[in-house]
Amino acid sequence: MTTQDEISVEIVAAREAYEKGRADGGHAVHHPSRSYAPYRSSVLRHPRQPLVAVDASGDPEAVELSGPVFGATDVTALDSDLTRQHRGEPLGERITVSGRLLDGRGRPLRGQLIELWQANASGRYAHQRDDHPAPLDPNFTGVGRTLTGDDGSYTFTTVKPGAYPWRNHDNAWRPAHIHFSVFGQAFTQRLVTQMYFPGDPLFPYDPILQSVTDASARQRLVAAYDHGLSRPEWSLGYRWDIVLDGPSATWIEEGR
Amino acid sequence: MPEPTTAAVPATPPAPPGAPGRTPPWQTPPGPTPSQTVGPFYGYALPFPGGGDVAPAGHPEAVTVHGYVHDGAGAPVPDALLEFWQGGPGTGLPGSMRRDGVTGGHLGRNGVDFTGFGRIPTDADGHYTLRTLPPGTPAGLPYLSVCVFARGLAHHLYTRVYLAEGHDALLDALEPERRATLVARREEGGTGHRSYRFDIRLQGDGETVFLEFR
Repeated sequence: MTTQDEISVEIVAAREAYEKGRADGGHAVHHPSRSYAPYRSSVLRHPRQPLVAVDASGDPEAVELSGPVFGATDVTALDSDLTRQHRGEPLGERITVSGRLLDGRGRPLRGQLIELWQANASGRYAHQRDDHPAPLDPNFTGVGRTLTGDDGSYTFTTVKPGAYPWRNHDNAWRPAHIHFSVFGQAFTQRLVTQMYFPGDPLFPYDPILQSVTDASARQRLVAAYDHGLSRPEWSLGYRWDIVLDGPSATWIEEGR
Repeated sequence: MPEPTTAAVPATPPAPPGAPGRTPPWQTPPGPTPSQTVGPFYGYALPFPGGGDVAPAGHPEAVTVHGYVHDGAGAPVPDALLEFWQGGPGTGLPGSMRRDGVTGGHLGRNGVDFTGFGRIPTDADGHYTLRTLPPGTPAGLPYLSVCVFARGLAHHLYTRVYLAEGHDALLDALEPERRATLVARREEGGTGHRSYRFDIRLQGDGETVFLEFR
């Protein structure tokens, strides 16, 4: 089985190749390459042909410039508090994660659906195929959803997920993370991503985080600990803003 | 072997990162939040009952679109998540994933409104089934927009399912072999129900045309 050292060498090589390209005048690349061999599952699951460009400004009726709409019927108030979905309280470090959903110009995206899922405090998902020998928590499922407020803001209450092993290579461990699924005003703004916690020592070893080869883009996946968001004798606060991109044509109409 | 650098332990707290509301509005962010793979464990979070039943129940004009997702070795992808969106008249209503305020569980669509949004995880054979209304594209050929997520896919992929052949700016710009990957094949059935087959090949022979929007 591939060792961590071998994976780490590949990670460094990909990062250095990107940084050399930048130094030679190449554009910043914000999203991960779909062809990123250190993440082994990507090898057979990325297209080899280049993507075909659709000029959205030349086709204002393109279906992708609008998107699905979600509303009050699609969420309940309890959906954003993952610590209150069962009879008892989950084990772990209670946290709140707050931030704003913004478009590429920094404007708030209001009324948009944010979904979230995560492992429990021990690093175990409530998923039948997760066979990591860490305890399940009968008081924690790890699924939440909410709609952003008028200022694009969102807040979840949950517990800090644990790190967990996976089988990408020998002794592979994922840094603690929360999965996010986000809708914007256009289908082109769709985003699924992962939020990480500051200072995690596993960052340099993880090919999924490191698939983002741009250092500042990678940093945007890491929440900030915000002492002002911590609640006395209750929870620790993390702040994480989410910025959606997409063709500029989708930024003209604001709000709904 | 390069070792990770060790950050110094700060002696003073950092400046507050700017709570919501403190950041001046309209400040241009440094860049978009990068994508990360949906991973293998979204299955208890994102799919919802009736996610593929976009057409209102019993609607006489409903059509079926179904097929398989394959990887570069031709193997089925059993953990892909497909999202379908169609524009046109009557779409864009909320209620795709209504929640039950009493139990907290899924309530299902209300059976009347057409949201235009479908979400379907592939099964163990890599198969999906969508039941929807024919898309009412204002001008040109009718098509559905598709967003593909999967473990191993660091950033989702967009494609289109065209339900008819003809003149179209995107299709006309493609080689015939590639063009064919975007056009669903009408299936013959004895019931009069319209059914289409649309497979997605992530890589290799017959690789589906995937799109980027500028």
